[in-house]
Amino acid sequence: MEIGAYSFGDTPLNPDGSPRSTAEGIRNLFDAIVVADKAGLDYFGIGEHHTVSMPASSPGALISAAAAATGQIILGSAASVISTDDPVRVFQQLATADAISGGGRVEITAGRGSSVETFPLFGYDLADYDRLYAEKLDLLMTINDSATENVTWSGTVRPTLDDLAVVPRPVAGRLPIWLATGGNAASSARAGKLGLPVSYGIIGGEPHRFAPLTELYRRSAAQAGHTENIKVSVATFGLVAPTKKEALERFYPGWHSLNVEMGRLRGWGAPDRRQFDAQAAAPGAYYVGDPDDVAERIVHLHGYLGHMRHFLQGDFGGLPTEHLHESLTLLATEVKPRVARLLAAK
Amino acid sequence: MVTTIGILGAGRVGSAIARTALKAGYAVHIAGSGPAADIELIVDIVIPGAVPMTAAEVAASSDLVVLAVPMHKFRSVDPATLAGRIVIDTMNYWQPIDGELDEIAADPRGSSEVVADYFADARLVKTLNHIGYHDLETDARPAGHPERHALAIAGDADAAAVVAEVINRFGFDPVLAGPLASGVAFEPGSPVFGGRHTAAELAAELEPAEAA
Ligand SMILES: NC(=O)c1ccc[n+]([C@@H]2O[C@H](COP(=O)([O-])OP(=O)(O)OC[C@H]3O[C@@H](n4cnc5c(N)ncnc54)[C@H](OP(=O)(O)O)[C@@H]3O)[C@@H](O)[C@H]2O)c1
Repeated sequence: MEIGAYSFGDTPLNPDGSPRSTAEGIRNLFDAIVVADKAGLDYFGIGEHHTVSMPASSPGALISAAAAATGQIILGSAASVISTDDPVRVFQQLATADAISGGGRVEITAGRGSSVETFPLFGYDLADYDRLYAEKLDLLMTINDSATENVTWSGTVRPTLDDLAVVPRPVAGRLPIWLATGGNAASSARAGKLGLPVSYGIIGGEPHRFAPLTELYRRSAAQAGHTENIKVSVATFGLVAPTKKEALERFYPGWHSLNVEMGRLRGWGAPDRRQFDAQAAAPGAYYVGDPDDVAERIVHLHGYLGHMRHFLQGDFGGLPTEHLHESLTLLATEVKPRVARLLAAK
Repeated sequence: MVTTIGILGAGRVGSAIARTALKAGYAVHIAGSGPAADIELIVDIVIPGAVPMTAAEVAASSDLVVLAVPMHKFRSVDPATLAGRIVIDTMNYWQPIDGELDEIAADPRGSSEVVADYFADARLVKTLNHIGYHDLETDARPAGHPERHALAIAGDADAAAVVAEVINRFGFDPVLAGPLASGVAFEPGSPVFGGRHTAAELAAELEPAEAA
């Protein structure tokens, strides 16, 4: 099982709680990826976000920089909001990073974004939400599957490509493309039908309840005749520290401020500590704990979902970078071997 | 008595309500926006026991219908099919998903009252909107359990009473807020929305709305 991390960027906070610069958030994220690579983590995902608190707006640029500064870690967007981007540019940027990485270390995860700040930002109409996503995903796959540099495609959401070069080509011919979903059944069926690996973002509830969705995904793939490349990955909140108590105390303040911010947007009331503690204990959705706890819970979930990669997001609400670095290091050096051992013993 | 619950919308909320209803012993008929065949595999695996149908068939064959479609799509449901029926409105207006919906945003009334204008011949009841779809399945508790949470219900008294029994069987204490207009008290932005309450706590939160 691959163990990884992901981030949307985390703008640091001043002692009074006001945000420091978004540039610092980006620089910290870059540093974290380098730390993760050195520690031996398998994967790092950058999720496209466009807010002051989460400023990782440009996964392609960040992944290119990280590709040059790292040696072994797999880098991917997690996810690229392709509905409101140009799939030609998304592909070119990640294929460029792939070339810089030496090949084989760069992936794209395509999604539509759970919040829709990209629609006004890039001038799209929410009324076209479904059509934009379906067509742009088709274009992205068409480019990736193209046997040559030259691509032909037509649709309704962007101009036709008539035998035009889209370069560079990935070193291995193609980039791995994943489909991101938050748990809508239709998306699992779609990923299966298209034969794409699927990445579940599970931010609440009990993750093992996603088991029917992974079955739906696998059955949809089988029905459509896809046998290769049928893989599941799982993204959850999580932070690792030497003890569970430390992990909870480190993670809670960021979680709290994230929920205050989200609550303001979505009309929720104030977050409460009981809710947090319930989610941070098995079988909740926050993988916050010591290495034993987190490893056991990943393996428990594996029994339900059969996923091949589990990656955690711990840096939001101004998590101190030393806590993030320690978590990334523990994930690679302590959690990963425990997961391997527990799976082998099964 | 309600024995068959129909659900319009096989998304996150529709599936979670469908599983909850099956667990509570109801027959469940469910539809997405298209033909039954489109959701057959989904229903088979994710909501085993429910019967996939078209929306019109669901409306015609159920004792009570749950509207679980995105707010910006409620006008794609044919109101004639719901005439005379008790209909639960689970929908919330949430701008980031729904875009600018002036008819809701500019109307000083609650969203369910706007929706009720469209489904003029249905008996609309607002509930199940202020709990997250994950929580619906994890928080259900038997009657009398000390940790049982409550769900608010707004609608005309007869229809609300029928819905209250369904909510009770789903595993939550029903709290009657009053007529449909009192549903504003548990819309997004209200203190009730997204929180967890016992029946007494919820009744206390709703009181000012009732008095007004
Ligand atoms: N998120 C929450 O926790 C929560 C809690 C309570 C209430 N709500 C409310 O519940 C509603 C549904 O949300 P969701 O997250 O479940 O959305 P969703 O996952 O996008 O699912 C919406 C479903 O509605 C279907 N649909 C659209 N038009 C239809 C029609 N005319 N007839 C029948 N089905 C139709 C869609 O089918 P197609 O795919 O075929 O279009 C889809 O299956 C929203 O109004 C939301 O505000 C949300």
